[in-house]
Amino acid sequence: MAQPFVKKDDDHDDEMEYSPFMGIEKGAVLQEARVFNDAQVDPRRCSQVITKLLYLLNQGESFTKVEATEVFFSVTKLFQSKDTGLRRMVYLIIKELSPSSDEVIIVTSSLMKDMNSKIDMYRANAIRVLCRIIDGTLLTQIERYLKQAIVDKNPVVSSAALVSGLHLLRTNPEIVKRWSNEVQEGVQSRSALVQFHALALLHQIRQNDRLAVSKLVGSLTRGSVRSPLAQCLLIRYTSQVIRDMSNHGQSGERPFYEFLESCLRHKAEMVILEAARAITELDGVTSRELTPAITVLQLFLSSPKPVLRFAAVRTLNKVSMTHPMAVTNCNIDMESLISDQNRSIATLAITTLLKTGNESSVERLMKQITNFMSDIADEFKIVVVDAIRSLCVKFPLKYRSLMTFLSNILREEGGFEYKRAIVDSIVTIIRDIPDAKEGGLLHLCEFIEDCEFTYLSTQILHFLGIEGPKTSDPSKYIRYIYNRVHLENATVRAAAVSTLAKFGFMVESLKPRITVLLKRCIYDSDDEVRDRATLFLSVLGGDGTLDADKDSKEFLFGSLEAPLGNMETSLKNYDPSEEAFDINSVPKEVKSQPLAEKKAQGKKPTGLGAPPAAPASGFEGYERLLSSIPEFAAFGKLFKSSSPVELTEAETEYAVNVVKHIFDNHVVFQYNCTNTIPEQLLERVNVIVDASEAEEFSEVASKALNSLPYDSPGQAFVAFEKPAGVPAVGKFSNTLTFVVKEVDPSTGEAEDDGVEDEYQLEDLEVVSADYMVKVSVSNFRNAWESMNEEDEHVDEYGLGQRESLGEAIKAVIDLLGMQPCEGTETVPSNARSHTCLLSGVYIGNVKVLVRAQFGMDSSKEIAMKLAVRAEDVSVAEAIHEIVANG
Amino acid sequence: MELPPKVKNILLLDSEGKRIAAKYYSGDWPTNTAKEAFEKAVFSKTQKTNARTEVEVTALENNIIVYKFVQDLHFFVTGGEEENELVLASLLLFDAVNLLLRGNADKREALDNLDLIFLCFDEIIDGGIVLETDANVIAEKAGINSIDPNAPLSEQTISQALATAREHLTRSLMK
Repeated sequence: MAQPFVKKDDDHDDEMEYSPFMGIEKGAVLQEARVFNDAQVDPRRCSQVITKLLYLLNQGESFTKVEATEVFFSVTKLFQSKDTGLRRMVYLIIKELSPSSDEVIIVTSSLMKDMNSKIDMYRANAIRVLCRIIDGTLLTQIERYLKQAIVDKNPVVSSAALVSGLHLLRTNPEIVKRWSNEVQEGVQSRSALVQFHALALLHQIRQNDRLAVSKLVGSLTRGSVRSPLAQCLLIRYTSQVIRDMSNHGQSGERPFYEFLESCLRHKAEMVILEAARAITELDGVTSRELTPAITVLQLFLSSPKPVLRFAAVRTLNKVSMTHPMAVTNCNIDMESLISDQNRSIATLAITTLLKTGNESSVERLMKQITNFMSDIADEFKIVVVDAIRSLCVKFPLKYRSLMTFLSNILREEGGFEYKRAIVDSIVTIIRDIPDAKEGGLLHLCEFIEDCEFTYLSTQILHFLGIEGPKTSDPSKYIRYIYNRVHLENATVRAAAVSTLAKFGFMVESLKPRITVLLKRCIYDSDDEVRDRATLFLSVLGGDGTLDADKDSKEFLFGSLEAPLGNMETSLKNYDPSEEAFDINSVPKEVKSQPLAEKKAQGKKPTGLGAPPAAPASGFEGYERLLSSIPEFAAFGKLFKSSSPVELTEAETEYAVNVVKHIFDNHVVFQYNCTNTIPEQLLERVNVIVDASEAEEFSEVASKALNSLPYDSPGQAFVAFEKPAGVPAVGKFSNTLTFVVKEVDPSTGEAEDDGVEDEYQLEDLEVVSADYMVKVSVSNFRNAWESMNEEDEHVDEYGLGQRESLGEAIKAVIDLLGMQPCEGTETVPSNARSHTCLLSGVYIGNVKVLVRAQFGMDSSKEIAMKLAVRAEDVSVAEAIHEIVANG
Repeated sequence: MELPPKVKNILLLDSEGKRIAAKYYSGDWPTNTAKEAFEKAVFSKTQKTNARTEVEVTALENNIIVYKFVQDLHFFVTGGEEENELVLASLLLFDAVNLLLRGNADKREALDNLDLIFLCFDEIIDGGIVLETDANVIAEKAGINSIDPNAPLSEQTISQALATAREHLTRSLMK
């Protein structure tokens, strides 16, 4: 037992905050540290001083190099004391001081002596300290002792050596790898923790030898692993082996699944959790494999221990993203978690329920959430709002109750991020569900009446300017917008003026009234507001000739042709001079973002900030890009652009993906190329396409890329002509040709002479789904019934044996490239039949609806009845043809 | 790939969120300012929860934090978001600390015996890797009796004698 540093007062009840470290000062403690040098060491006193030093370090105080060295040298003197307590403190402070390599030499002999001491505690700790501070050369000297320590009969010593091995493996792998015999012995140890540490080290040593790891796992899953920790580790290694095996084309029964499943019956909860998680994370896990894991997690949901409930609901939340149906059994348990004391658990429960809930439970759920919203933090609320947005997209029929919920919470107190999430969600719903537009716009109008965030007000005003004039009664928005001109700061006023002008321009009947309102704005106190008002007045007052109209339309609604990023760079590079800035000099080619950024963007909410402002790679962006290239300008209106298809493996010299642009008579391939070699500059980059396996296509134009420097993506194009309106399909093989020039990385200058070279890309296919645009309908039934019943085409198909119904349905959806409606793409896990509703627009702007009924018999043979209604009978036939050939 | 469970930090704060002892094993918080900011965030997030009977858990900045409060001591263990929260919970120090402080775990005792707390930290985790989970073993290893094993019993310090006496006394009173 160590000593208090200050003699305790007799009256403990003194309310004054008591701390033995009150008023402690680095300088004074360093002075005190001189006692280490005393000839007669006082162990108690020295321990106290070391504790004070540790306290200072722990509180974030730092010692200068000189101070640390001085303390270190005097501490080393304490090795002469035989007091074990003091020795422990000495070990601790040496680790904290992390002496430099030239200082280490002073203590190595003392520590090596301790390593061979008879006292177990000395051996264990000396190993840990020594391994923390030594370098490679010294390590070879003590290697012998470490190997011995690994097989020491005292488990504490053995663990100390093994854990040190784990750390050393990072700096001196070649040395630690020589210990595998001893480590192997440790795996057989009777001590639970030695086994755990040995297993960890052995796996680290062999991790690059796939066969060895597989053998290790194979032998241990049969044998007896003692500690729960080691068992958890084994489960992790097992899932890694399973992953590697499936990567290498092994098929059939999943190996080791049985082991994972048996771990679900382990007596330690941490092992059960680890196994359940491992099962849910298996690649392509089937519902049969999932079931036992879900069952144990469901039990955890009602555990009295918060940690268990949290772990279970967190795992189920992840499962619900990929297998919503598998989680539905837990819904009742999860609903009781909505009122859980622990808010993290409650939030996870809510978001899981929102993902797994079906249409009928939405209202009940919303009621429960409403009760709970008021007492959670903003960051949780944002999670809930995001979940509700996706729910609304999934069940468009329920938009009314969801929109009411959103507008209610919009009126309540909340920070900027939270409000922005709500506004973004409302905007998304307005975009996706036409029926929700008018109501949603009014909610936004009411919100800006009392909105403290300038950014949100201006964004909403901009959005109103675009959507408002297209509604049935645009005049009702004017009041809200004009109110802003009276009541807000200059930024919002300016935005309101622009919005008013848009209404005035788009809605002829409103023009005179808007003109009156704008005239009042020209006396505004702010320059920008006055300028805008004056400008718009003159635009609106134009003589109405076609030319003037076109110009003002361009001015009001046109977007900047060049991407904003390019514009910014050009403006920065512009030297103020006689010559005016030429907007046409801004490059229009879209730089595709680096992959990492793209991923991050995928997560961003698609609300106000997204599409209208910067459609860098969206449909509109492609449309503008293609129309700016003279060769393709005559192709007419772009029908569809596919998502990028990778033509190269990841991490190759040149990364190329392709976007297929479909026009009525043409197809344009846009090859996005990236050069990943810093020492190379590519010039005259072209793609040679062999269309011999695509008979209906003939090449009409191509546009090469002049130069492709390192890490700066560029595009090459190839265009094909095809029969009008026909969904021609085919396979294309691609070769990248270019001239390589060496670049000196230090100067960045390229050599003059280049070498011609080519690079084989993967094949590309144009498939039927490329001629279909996904378009969702809010009410499938109405849409279905509004189409002529006589034009319906029905046929039946056998789809053969499949793993599950869901798989068959996914295959059909992918084949047709249509939008699943009303959440019908997900199938209950044990269903034997299912109906899936699809909608889309086929080339030639023909609306198509599909109702596909699936049934599965006992031998997993799947039959499908496909009913197609389209505005054009021939299209309905074409759909059937696609399915028949697919 | 790091497969063995990894601990990012263990914290012992007082009832006002002040650091009593803390040990960081990951580079996520490079400066003391960053560490203090993290501790403040953790403390204010967990302050109002009831973690006295059961171990509680929360998520913060892509980390999982398990925690438990004993008297005016707040114990925390932080791990990455992919970590098994039950493993983290098994590393909460309160049992070992309670044993070391002879059942009087509170801030005052903890500060009086800070050396034991530091040793306890040192015994449970080594550089982020779990070293020992059994509270009894940890308490035994950290609870050094500061006598020279070779020295005669008579050289026990007064305080030790007092501590032993106090223990005997409490035991007899409890009966």
